[in-house]
Amino acid sequence: MSTAVHADVNRRDFLFIATGAVGAVGAALTAWPFISQMNPDASVLAMAAIEVDLAPIAEGQEITIKWRGNPVFIRHRTAKEIELAKSVKLEDLKDPTARSANVKDGDPATDENRVVGGKEGFLVMMGVCTHLGCIPIGNEGDYGVVEGNVKSGGWYCPCHGSQYDTAGRIRKGPAPENLFVPKYEYLSDTKIRIG
Amino acid sequence: MSGPSNYQPKSAFGKWMHERLPIMELVQGQALDFPTPKNLNYWWTFGGILAVMLVAQLVTGIVLAMHYTAHVDMAFDSVEHIMRDVNYGWLLRYLHSNGASMFFIAVYVHIFRGMYYGSYKAPREVLWMIGVLIYLVMMATAFMGYVLPWGQMSFWGAKVITNLFSAIPFVGESVTTWLWGGYSVDNPTLNRFFSLHYLLPFVLAGLVGLHIWALHVPGNNNPTGVNVRGSQDTVPFHPYYTMKDGFAIVVFMLLYSAFTFFGPNYLGDAINYLPANPLSTPSHIVPEWYYLPFYAILRAIPNKLIGVIAMFGSILILFALPWLDTSRVRSGTYRPIFKQIFWIFVVVCITLGFAGSGPPDNYFLSHEAAPPDEWHLTYKLVGQIAAVCYFAFFFPILPLLGLLESPKPLPPSISDDVLAKKKPLVPAE
Ligand code: HEM
Ligand code: FES
Repeated sequence: MSTAVHADVNRRDFLFIATGAVGAVGAALTAWPFISQMNPDASVLAMAAIEVDLAPIAEGQEITIKWRGNPVFIRHRTAKEIELAKSVKLEDLKDPTARSANVKDGDPATDENRVVGGKEGFLVMMGVCTHLGCIPIGNEGDYGVVEGNVKSGGWYCPCHGSQYDTAGRIRKGPAPENLFVPKYEYLSDTKIRIG
Repeated sequence: MSGPSNYQPKSAFGKWMHERLPIMELVQGQALDFPTPKNLNYWWTFGGILAVMLVAQLVTGIVLAMHYTAHVDMAFDSVEHIMRDVNYGWLLRYLHSNGASMFFIAVYVHIFRGMYYGSYKAPREVLWMIGVLIYLVMMATAFMGYVLPWGQMSFWGAKVITNLFSAIPFVGESVTTWLWGGYSVDNPTLNRFFSLHYLLPFVLAGLVGLHIWALHVPGNNNPTGVNVRGSQDTVPFHPYYTMKDGFAIVVFMLLYSAFTFFGPNYLGDAINYLPANPLSTPSHIVPEWYYLPFYAILRAIPNKLIGVIAMFGSILILFALPWLDTSRVRSGTYRPIFKQIFWIFVVVCITLGFAGSGPPDNYFLSHEAAPPDEWHLTYKLVGQIAAVCYFAFFFPILPLLGLLESPKPLPPSISDDVLAKKKPLVPAE
C-alpha cells in the first residue's frame, strides 16, 4: 500500500479502507440468512396453542401432554402438597424467582405465583428439567409429601439427580432454575389454553 | 514442499505432466522417499490406522446415506430397513457404528502416544493443535451420527448435549432454540444433523491434510525425542513404514472385524433399539463409551454452568499442553518421574470413563443406590476425585515437574541409540 511511501493519509488510502469496509458489511449481511434459516420456521411457530380439559384429572393425579414437542405436566395437587409448598420459606429456595410466563419477570417464587388465577389445585409446568432437559419423574425425591411409604408430589430427575418440590421449584442437584410455567389462561373453570 | 526427492520423470507422459502438475514429485517426496526416523515403534502406526478408519467411515457412510431417511417418522424404520432388507445392509451399518468406536480407540492411543513422547513440544505445537481440532470435529461428527437412527438414546443424548449450550449466560436459550430449529429436539434438528454429519468428515479430511503438512515441516518425532541429525538417522518412508504401518493396519482390522462380526452391539446401548419417545426419558442416560470421561467431569460439578465449562475445558486444555509442559526433554523415556505420572494419568482417564458410566448416586461399579446425604464411594464421588486429578496433571503438576525433575542423559543421536540396543547376531564367545 502507498502508506509506506506517503507518510500522511491520502485519498487512495481512504478509498481503499472504505471499499474494504463496504465489502465486510456486505459479507456480514449475506451471512445472516444462512444463520437465520436455522431458527424456528413459520410452521414450527404456528404450532401455537392447545386447550386442555382439567375436569377428568382427579386430585393427586397428574397427566402429561405434548406441547411444542415438549412434555407439559398438569398436576391436580392434594391439599397436603399445597400446604407443604406454602410452608417453604423463600430463603430456602435455590431459585427464588417464579419462572412463570404469567407473572412479571423476577417475581418471587411463591406458591401463588406458580399457579394462575388463584387456582392453586392445578400446577401446570414444562416437564423439562432446567439442567439438561430430561423429564423429571413425579412422586419421587425428598421434597414430596410422605405418608407412610407413599410419596405424593415432588419430582426427581433421573439424569443427574435434580429434585423439585410440590410447586415444581428446584431444591437440590445441578439444575439452576424452577420448572418453567408456560403462558396459559383459564377459558372456563375447568378448561385452560396453553400458549 | 517438494521435499528431499530428486524426482526425474521417466516417461514422455511423466515429463509432460511434470511441467503442468508436478503431483508425482509431491507423492515421491512426501509419501515415498520422505526421510523418517529409523527407530519408530508400533505406537507410531496409529496415524496410518486413523487415516484408514476415516476412509472406512466415509465409504460406509456414503452407502448408508443411499438407504437412510432423515425424518422423525421414518429414520428409525429406515435403519431397520437397512438392517433387514438392504443387501449386506447389516454389514454396512455394523461396520459404520463399530468403525466409529475403532476410530476413537485409535485416536486415544495416538493422543497418549503424543503425550508420552512429548510430540507436542517445539517445533510441533501447531501439528499438535491441529490434532486437537481433529479430535473435536470427530466428537461432533460421531455425536450427530448417533442421533440419526432416532432411537431413545439418540434422542435423549441429543437433548442433553444440545442443552449444554443453554448454560451460556444471557443467550443460552436463544442458542439452543437456534440449534434445534424449534423448542425441542425434533425434525428440523434431525435434518440439520444429517446434513452436518455428511459434511464434517470431509472437513476432517481437510484437517488431516493440514496435520500431515505440519508434520512434514519438522518431520516425525521419535521414541528418543532426539532430533534427526542426518541421513544415518532415517530411512525412506516407503517401503519401511508403508510395510510396518500396513502390518499394524491388518492387525487392527482383525480387532475391528472381531467387534463387527462377533459383538456388533457390544459397544452400543440396547435402549437405542427403542424408537425415540420425546415423552419418556430412559431411566439412565449414558453417552457412547468414547465420551464417558467428559460426561463424568460434567456430572462431578453440582453447578450447571461450571460443570459445562469444566467439561469443555477438559478438552480445550489440550491446546495449551505445549506451554504447560516446561521440560525441554521430549521423550518420557528419559523422564523418570514424568513416566510414572503419565501412567497414573492414563489410569485417571480410564477411571473417569467408568465414573461416567453409571447412575451418579449408585455405589461405584454397583447397581445399588447409596443412601442420600452421606459420604459414599458413588460414581459421582469417584468422578469428582478423578476430575481433580485430571486437571491437576495439566496444572500444576506438568509445569512444576519440568522445573524440578532431573532427566536421564539423552543418547547423542537416534543412530547411537539404535546401535546401542542392537543385540549381536552371533552371541559373543
Ligand atoms: C468421521 C467419520 C464418521 C463418524 C465417526 C461417524 C459416526 C457415526 C455414528 C456413531 C453413527 C451411529 C451408528 C448407529 O448407532 O447406528 C453414524 C450413523 C450414520 N452415518 Fe456416520 N460417521 C462418520 C462419517 C459418515 C459419512 C461420511 C457419512 C456419509 C453420508 C455418514 C452417514 C451416516 C448415516 C447415513 C448414518 C445413519 C445410519 C446408521 O445409524 O447406521 N457417516 N455415524
Ligand atoms: S437433566 Fe435433570 S438433572 Fe440433569
